[in-house]
Amino acid sequence: MRNPVANLLAAAVVAAAAALPAGAQTIQLNGAGATFPYPIYSKWFSEYHKIHPNVQINYQSIGSGGGIRQITERTVDFGASDGPMTPEQMQGAPGIMHFPTVMGAVVPVYSIPGVEAELKFTGPVLADIYLGKITKWNDRAITALNPGVRLPATDIACVHRADGSGTTYIWADYLAKVSPEWRKRVGVNTSLKWPVGVGGKGNEGVAGQVKQQPGSIGYVELIYAIQNKIDFGLVQNMSGRFLKASLAGVTAAAAGAANAMPKDFRVSITNAPGPDSYPISSFTWLLVYQNQKDKTKGKILTDFVHWMLHDGQRYCPELAYAPLPPQVVTLEEAALARVK
Amino acid sequence: MRRRSLLRRTRRRRERDDGGFRLGTALFALLVLLVVAAIGFELFRNSTLPIRKFGWNFWRTSDWDPVSGEFGALPFIWGTVYSSVFAIVFATPIALGIAIFVSEISANRFRRPLAFLTELLAAIPSIVYGVWGIFVLVPIVRKFETLVSKTPLHRLPIFAGPPYGIGMLSAGLILTIMVVPFISSVSREVLRAVPLTQREAAYALGATRWEAIKVALRCGRTGIFGAIILGFGRAFGETMAVTMVIGNNPQASLSLFAPQYSMAAVIANEFSEATGDLYLQALTEIGLVLFVITLVINVLSRVLIWSTGRAPKRRIEPASAAAAAPEAA
Repeated sequence: MRNPVANLLAAAVVAAAAALPAGAQTIQLNGAGATFPYPIYSKWFSEYHKIHPNVQINYQSIGSGGGIRQITERTVDFGASDGPMTPEQMQGAPGIMHFPTVMGAVVPVYSIPGVEAELKFTGPVLADIYLGKITKWNDRAITALNPGVRLPATDIACVHRADGSGTTYIWADYLAKVSPEWRKRVGVNTSLKWPVGVGGKGNEGVAGQVKQQPGSIGYVELIYAIQNKIDFGLVQNMSGRFLKASLAGVTAAAAGAANAMPKDFRVSITNAPGPDSYPISSFTWLLVYQNQKDKTKGKILTDFVHWMLHDGQRYCPELAYAPLPPQVVTLEEAALARVK
Repeated sequence: MRRRSLLRRTRRRRERDDGGFRLGTALFALLVLLVVAAIGFELFRNSTLPIRKFGWNFWRTSDWDPVSGEFGALPFIWGTVYSSVFAIVFATPIALGIAIFVSEISANRFRRPLAFLTELLAAIPSIVYGVWGIFVLVPIVRKFETLVSKTPLHRLPIFAGPPYGIGMLSAGLILTIMVVPFISSVSREVLRAVPLTQREAAYALGATRWEAIKVALRCGRTGIFGAIILGFGRAFGETMAVTMVIGNNPQASLSLFAPQYSMAAVIANEFSEATGDLYLQALTEIGLVLFVITLVINVLSRVLIWSTGRAPKRRIEPASAAAAAPEAA
């Protein structure tokens, strides 16, 4: 054993042999999908692994579309999506269930030279800006909402996400609810045919373009705006109140929507009723089959979802996600009992 | 007798060995062809839905609407071609200047550092170019565009539109910077490969330095052309840096100020969140279009290089050398 390479090899073989029995017991779950909840998912998976050392959960944040495709083809144990699956997609994956995990919100950001005040918007005004119908900052529709703010006569430059994104989905979903013209002309999807404006890549692309371009408006995730200390405007909710987006406002929106919650949780909570509901809020979902083929994995998966609904939720605030309201957790527990 | 059998044995051994060797290398060469064919086939197979639905209209129309399922790739094709041609037009003179200076003019001790520095540009990851583009290049371009929009030049179609900063001009400029090192380093190698005797002959005939360099350039023109095509291919497929500064707006416009889009950028942007088979396959078909156009450009350039290479070699004729001589004097 004079040869160091041989030495090393021998040591590696011994180590591998020792590790094998332990490795055989470890159960791996694989998931893929949305990028928006990736930070809290990876936190959850690592915390869960600490409690259950024999469970290893891997998650690929490849985007909601990819998550839906992979769970449909059953190449992963669970999927994740920022938008609920469409009826057509549901047909391809019979028995798929949606479980809301956390919530997010989208906020309007803008930069207008000489304007320091926090601007107020309504849904129809935001829709008309993005439809190209309101083109100047001093348009009557905007000044009427913001008395006392001197708005310049400059052009509005709209900035949107260029990459397909759950953020765009939530934004368009809200605009379609408040503007019939938006619903008819543009519609709702993760990528759209934008009537006006330029596309930035990612939240950082939109925020960067808005910061640099005088007179521009854009939309980013609330988490992104909070973490990067970007100012954003207020949006009027269904009760007529102007709200600045906050985690509490998002949770309130989910609570407001809980009364009309469908059994499969495939619901949009944009423009939810309730005085404290922030109107551009949304769930993000885990996608799990009701009939698990591998019973051991299925049991671990349901146990994880249960843990996520209770203990897991306390990690939300530190990562700037809005936790689920208790009403939704109760409903999800009932749904989870049906997973076999 | 013994000697002849030895010879025969050697020959047989050679036939056996070399035959195997030839077959082995041929297999490897074939592998490359197979991979290219497989990629093309797979792209085609995965884009049958839009091919059947839109046919040639996919290449001709500019409606890109994932919500209603209407897909036309013209703005992306236009944006890719426009930005690459822009980059090549501006990068070629710069890169050739660098190559000529490094290989012909600069002092010996500056050669290596200069060559190293230009090649360093090629080693920077494209995402870094993209971020630099957003934070440094775009604001400068926006200032320039704001200046231009106040002059009568604004009425020209290539300078039309509001000064966004991001758009075709920024994308073209960033591509220019990115392809310069490719063209210049290959051209430099080509110039170095031209035998010194060619230049010495020109000098002996009384040529000036510029005339001697022209002789070297003419000798290496197929190689230099190849370098330009290499740069073009690089600009064509560039994704990250372009998508960060081009504006990502599917419109085919002549204006350098307009936010536009490129084929590689739309695939990168929309593939991960694409829902529905038609949408996904439409993106795959853009990949197919990119593949086909790249293939056609490369084949065309090869044909061009071959045809110039096969043409009878022109020598420096005494007449033209004689004509050059009095100038030098």
